[in-house]
Amino acid sequence: MDILYKIFVEPFLFMVEAPDLLIQTLWEGLVSGVLYALIALGFVLIFKASGVFNFAQGIMVVFSALILVGLYEKGVPAFLALLLAIGAMLVLAVAVERVVLRPLVNQPDIILFMATFGLTYFLIGLGELIFGGNPKEMITSALFLPQGTTELEMFGGLVRFQHLDIAAAVIASIMIGVLAVFFSKTRIGRALRAVADSHKAALSVGISLNQIWVIVWFAAGIVALVAGIMWGARSGVSFSLQIIALKALPVLILGGFTSIPGAIIGGLIIGVGEKLGEFYWGPLVGGGIETWLAYVIALLFLLYRPQGLFGEKIIERI
Amino acid sequence: MAFRKLSLGLAVATLVGGTALPAVAQDSIYVPLFTYRTGPFAGSGTHIADGMHDYLQMLNQRDGGIGGVKLVLEECETGYDTKKGVECYEAVKGKNPVIVNPWSTGITLPLIPRAAVDKIPILSMAYGLSASARGDIFPWVFNPPSTYWDGLSMIVKYIGEKEGGLDKLKGKKIGFLHLDASFGKEPIPLLEELSKSIGFEVKLYPIAAQDMQNQSSQWLNARRDRPDYMIMWGWGSMNGAAIKEAVRSGYPMDKFYSVWWPGEDDARSGGAGAKGFKMLNWHAVGTNFPALQDIVKNVVDKGMSKASKDKVGELLYNRGVYNSLLIAEGIATAQKLTGKKAVTGEDVRRGMENIKLDPARLKELGLEGFTEQLVLSCSDHNGHRAAFMQEWDGTKWVKISDPIEPMTDRVRAQLEAAAKDYAEKNAGWPKRTEACDKAS
Repeated sequence: MDILYKIFVEPFLFMVEAPDLLIQTLWEGLVSGVLYALIALGFVLIFKASGVFNFAQGIMVVFSALILVGLYEKGVPAFLALLLAIGAMLVLAVAVERVVLRPLVNQPDIILFMATFGLTYFLIGLGELIFGGNPKEMITSALFLPQGTTELEMFGGLVRFQHLDIAAAVIASIMIGVLAVFFSKTRIGRALRAVADSHKAALSVGISLNQIWVIVWFAAGIVALVAGIMWGARSGVSFSLQIIALKALPVLILGGFTSIPGAIIGGLIIGVGEKLGEFYWGPLVGGGIETWLAYVIALLFLLYRPQGLFGEKIIERI
Repeated sequence: MAFRKLSLGLAVATLVGGTALPAVAQDSIYVPLFTYRTGPFAGSGTHIADGMHDYLQMLNQRDGGIGGVKLVLEECETGYDTKKGVECYEAVKGKNPVIVNPWSTGITLPLIPRAAVDKIPILSMAYGLSASARGDIFPWVFNPPSTYWDGLSMIVKYIGEKEGGLDKLKGKKIGFLHLDASFGKEPIPLLEELSKSIGFEVKLYPIAAQDMQNQSSQWLNARRDRPDYMIMWGWGSMNGAAIKEAVRSGYPMDKFYSVWWPGEDDARSGGAGAKGFKMLNWHAVGTNFPALQDIVKNVVDKGMSKASKDKVGELLYNRGVYNSLLIAEGIATAQKLTGKKAVTGEDVRRGMENIKLDPARLKELGLEGFTEQLVLSCSDHNGHRAAFMQEWDGTKWVKISDPIEPMTDRVRAQLEAAAKDYAEKNAGWPKRTEACDKAS
C-alpha cells in the first residue's frame, strides 16, 4: 500500500506543495526537449529523402561544433568560423553523396544504414585526429549568445531561467520553423517530399536524387551545427555529446521517422517526460531512470500508434 | 595482378610488423602504458597519458633509462572501456611487461585475478579496488598513495571539522554525485557506513556514462533535496559538466567537494561561478621542480611529447608524472634488490613493496616538495597517505589545508572485511606465497 501511495499520490502532492520546482522541472524538460527535437530533425530530414536512418547524426553534432571551436582557437573570427563550419557541412554533404550514397544507390536500406555506421567512426577518427580528444569550451560570448540567469519568484520559491536556455529554445524554434516552411513551401521542399514518396516517380519527373541528397545532408549538417552550439554551450563540446544524440531515437519512435512536427512534439514529450520521471519518481528506485525512461515512454506510445504520433500509416497490399 | 601482389605484400608486412613491434630487447625494460586519448574520458585521460609518458621518456633521454637500461614505452588505447583494456592486457602480457597501469577501476577489477597468474604487478594509483591495499591478500596489486575509501573519509573529516566536529554532521544531508560505474560506486559502502555511525543522511545521484553531459536532472534533484554538502566522484567530461550544472543551478560552490580527479579544464568550464570549488590532491601543480624542468628540456622542447607546453605542470599532467614516478621507483628499487639490470615483473613487484620515497629521495629525484613521503611494505600496498584540500580561485588551484589524514580507525575495519570478503567470494583465491623482503 505504501508503495502505491509513493507512486500514485506522493509525487502529485509534492507537485502541489512545491509548484516552483514543478515549473523548474518543466522548463528544464522543455529546453532538453527542444534540443532533442533539433537532433531528431536531422534524422528525419535524411530519412525522408533517402529512407536511411543516419546513425552519423550524433557525430555530426560533435564534428560541426568542433570545427567551429577549433577554427576559433586558431584565430579565425567567430562568425567567419561559423560560416566556415557551415561550409564544412556542405563539403561533408557533397562527399557523403558522392562517396557513400551514390555508389550504394538501389542497395537495401540496411546497407545504407551500415554505411552511416562507417561514416560515424570515420568522423570520430577524423575529429580526434584534427582536434584531439580533449573537451572544448563553446565560444558562447564570441557568438553573442546570452549568459547569466533570471530568477523569478513564483509560488513562494525561485525559478531560474538561464538566458542561454531561453536563447536555445528560441533559436531551435526558429530553426525548426524555417525548415518546416522551406520544406513545405519551396520548390526544393516539394521535390524533397516527392523523393520521400517515391524515388522512381521523382526521377521520372526530372528531380535529381543526387541534388536532393546533398541538400538534405547539408540541412541536417546545419541542424547538427546549431544543436552542437547549443548543447556545447550548456555542457562543453566533447565526443560524449554524440551519445546524447541517441536520445533522438525515442523521439523518433514517438514522433515518427518522417514527420517534422512529430520530431518537435516527440522531443518535447520525451524531454519533459524524462525530467518529470527522474525528479518525481526516480528517487523511488535510487535515481538514474532518465536513461531508459525515454524508451519506456516511446514504447508506451507505440502500443497505441505503431507508426508514431505523426508517422505515415503503412498500408501494404497483400 | 601487380596490385593484388602489392596488397598481399602490404598485408603480410603489416601482420609481421604489427606483431613484432615494439621490439623488446633483453637489455631493455618494457613498460606498457594503458591510456585513453579518445572517447568521452579523453579530457582527463590525455593529460594523464602525457604526464606518464613524458616522465619516463625524460628518464630515457636524460639518464639513458633506469640504471642504464632503456625503457621501451608503448601506449595501448583503451578508451576507458573495460573490454578494450582487457584486450590491451592480453596484447602486452606476452612482451614481459614489468608493470601494468590500467587507469580505470573497471579495467583493474578483471585484471586483479590475472596478475598473480601472469606475474605482472598492477599499479592502480589511487583508484581501483580499495581493499587491494592489503598486500598479504593482494600481493600483485598496488594502489598508493590513498584508497578511495581514504579519500572519502578525508572529505567527510574535512567538512566535519568545518562544522565544528564530526558529531556536528549528525542530521546533515550529504549528496554523492557519482559516475554510475565501478569507479563511482567504489566508495558507497563506506559512505553508507559513515552515514550510519555519524548520523548524516546520504543522497545518491548516479550519472550514467551516456548522460555525463546531460546532468540537469541530477541537479534538479539536488535542488529538491537541498544537500548541505555535495561530494563528487566523477571522471572525464562528467566533472566539467557537473561544475557547470552546479553553477547553473546555483548550488553554493563552497559546499561542493570532489575526490582527486577534476583538472583545471574542468574547473575553468564553470567560469567565474566555479570559484570556491574544492577537491583533494596530494601533489604539487606547476613546473617549478628540477624533474619537471628536465621534462620540458629533454622531452617537450625536443618535440617528443604530445602535450602542449602550457599543459605541462597542470594537475592531471603532474598526476601522470606521479604515476610514472612510482613505476620508475619500483623498477629502480627492484634493480637494487636483485642486482639485475633488466628486471622482470616479479622483481618489480618486490621493488614496489620496498618503495621508500622520503624527502631525501624526492630531492635526489628532482622532486623536492612535490609530494609527501610514501613508504610501501609487504603488507601495506597503499600507504594510506594524507591528502590536502585545494580550492579553485577562478584561475588556479590554491592549497587551503594542511594534510588531512584518512580516518583510519573507521576505514581499517571496512577495508579488512572487504579484502577477506573478496578472497572468500573468489573461490580458490591463492594464499600469499611470495616472500617478504626484510626491509619491507
